[in-house]
Amino acid sequence: MNTFISLTVYGLSDGALLALAALGFVLIYKATRVINFAQGEFLLVGAYMFYTAFVVMRLPLILAALFGVLVAIVLGVVVERFVLRPLIGEHAISVIMVTIGLSAVLKALVQIFYGTAVREQPPILPTGTIQVAGATVPLNRLIVIGIAAIVLFAFSAFFQRSRHGVAMRAVADDQQAALTMGISVKRVFSLAWVLAAISALIAGVLLADLSAVEQGIAGFGLMVFPVVILGGLDSVPGTVVGGLVIGLLKQYVSGYADPGLAEVIPYIVLVAILIVRPYGIFGETRIERV
Amino acid sequence: MATATGIHHRTYRSELRLRHTKAEYFRLALMLVLLLSAPYVLDKYWLGITNVILISVIGAVGLNILVGFTGQISLGQGGFLAVGAFTSAIISDRAGVPVPISILIAVVMTAAVGAFFGLPALRLKGLYLAIATLASQEIIMFVVRRWEWLTEGKGFLEVKRLQVGGFEIERRMFEVQWYWILLALAILAVVVARNLFRTTLGRSFMAVRDQDIAAEAIGVNITRAKVTAFAVSSGFVGLAGALTAHYTETVTWERFTLDVSVLYLAMIIVGGLGSIAGAVYGAIFMGLLPALLTELVDVLGSSMPALSDQLPALKNAVFGIAIIVFLLVEPRGLDRIWTRMKDYIRFWPFRY
Repeated sequence: MNTFISLTVYGLSDGALLALAALGFVLIYKATRVINFAQGEFLLVGAYMFYTAFVVMRLPLILAALFGVLVAIVLGVVVERFVLRPLIGEHAISVIMVTIGLSAVLKALVQIFYGTAVREQPPILPTGTIQVAGATVPLNRLIVIGIAAIVLFAFSAFFQRSRHGVAMRAVADDQQAALTMGISVKRVFSLAWVLAAISALIAGVLLADLSAVEQGIAGFGLMVFPVVILGGLDSVPGTVVGGLVIGLLKQYVSGYADPGLAEVIPYIVLVAILIVRPYGIFGETRIERV
Repeated sequence: MATATGIHHRTYRSELRLRHTKAEYFRLALMLVLLLSAPYVLDKYWLGITNVILISVIGAVGLNILVGFTGQISLGQGGFLAVGAFTSAIISDRAGVPVPISILIAVVMTAAVGAFFGLPALRLKGLYLAIATLASQEIIMFVVRRWEWLTEGKGFLEVKRLQVGGFEIERRMFEVQWYWILLALAILAVVVARNLFRTTLGRSFMAVRDQDIAAEAIGVNITRAKVTAFAVSSGFVGLAGALTAHYTETVTWERFTLDVSVLYLAMIIVGGLGSIAGAVYGAIFMGLLPALLTELVDVLGSSMPALSDQLPALKNAVFGIAIIVFLLVEPRGLDRIWTRMKDYIRFWPFRY
């Protein structure tokens, strides 16, 4: 029972981070129909930028976070404007490949400036443990779940309530109709990338706090694919469900069966979902016409 | 035929020919001379790089059949290479089957695995298919890493030096002898692929790429075309994988990761999607890029010692930048650039 509870907490916190990473991915896909293979590298850049501000420049936590957000905004805008916008309307292969190229460049930049060694970063979240139903679980994992929940809630409130959020939903629904209503599709595209970079920053910083500031953070990005396929490529609630399911599944499999199998089980789920229900749990089914 | 205003065909026979102009025959001859003289001109290091490029030519041609000609995105290239490599290595070393037959079995085996993982393509397209093939890559990698029977628990396979009948590769002449073998196979692969797209099957692949629903309406069996495309493409990739195994004489899973899939995709993007020549150019470009970069860093290294520590990161950066620049500036790749250069010369002094 103890194992079960701690596995559940680990799974939920992993899942919460996956949901955050997947949120950015879904935002980009929803608004611009781009599959962003560089999502993991966005996490990586976010984590390293926060590390630079917090540890290297010795800024207080709040300022360091603001610095990270600033860099994320610049990154999002620059990437959208100079890399993705020229490719609007191009074939899916080109768009996928350009994000793959982007991921190689971002990873290489981090490697050039910071090397491959693991960087020391003092813990941001409290490191103690807490008793939950008889099991000892680390406090920081619980806090991560809380933060992720707040951020996800804030994002969905943004989409439901704010002007820009509604504009984004309109563009996702029908670009041409949105254009005729006077919505700037270009601005929405930029906004989608910026928000994705910011959610990736949050996920990256939290992930670095749970593990370490290192290149491996980028690998976390690949796990986004099973999550978004499970939840539906264009569904924000889907990322939460998908993230939590994949996070829990990985922890249970690695705890009760085989840690190696845990790495591949999300992909097996992915294939199964693709065969049975390609548009995921909450995804929108599209009818194709010639 | 060829005039200053372009190439005009008067008969179907002439249009179907692979080569139309004298200049094309001249370039073919020039290329043959270059290829035949290469082992006498290049030293061992560069010949080794050439051999790796020849193998990747086969793999890139295979991938281009699937991605460039049939329009099915695949991120599973690394996995299929692994299937070819492990199959041939195990069959030849443990069962004692002669290498040519083991390579043949590897090709068939990879084609079968490719067709199996191509099944999702029947329902999925574009982005979804890319993700499905990503999963196939990860699943194959998992099997290769975890299935101890494959490597007898060592984690890697050692492959005996290539031996066919009485002929064995000599240590001293290793690169040169491999060069001839790989050159012959690469040429064979290119010719087969080139001719594939002059047949009904090949044309049906292209019809599926251009508009699959319309293709079905005019009587192309999409199911068959897609699965065959996966099988044929994987067959080429399996050959490349098997050759990698016998050429490098060790098989480890590290050689077949997702990065390799991405590298091959980069080759066909840079070379030109939907062009056999493009796949060859791309393989050469991506094969030479790291080697040339190493040379450059060596030259600059004396004045900037920090540069050589950054070499691996620089390689990645240049790789990524090459992909992005090609996609933004010339999405149809080196093949298109080459065509434009030829046109420029042919029409000179006119613009077109």
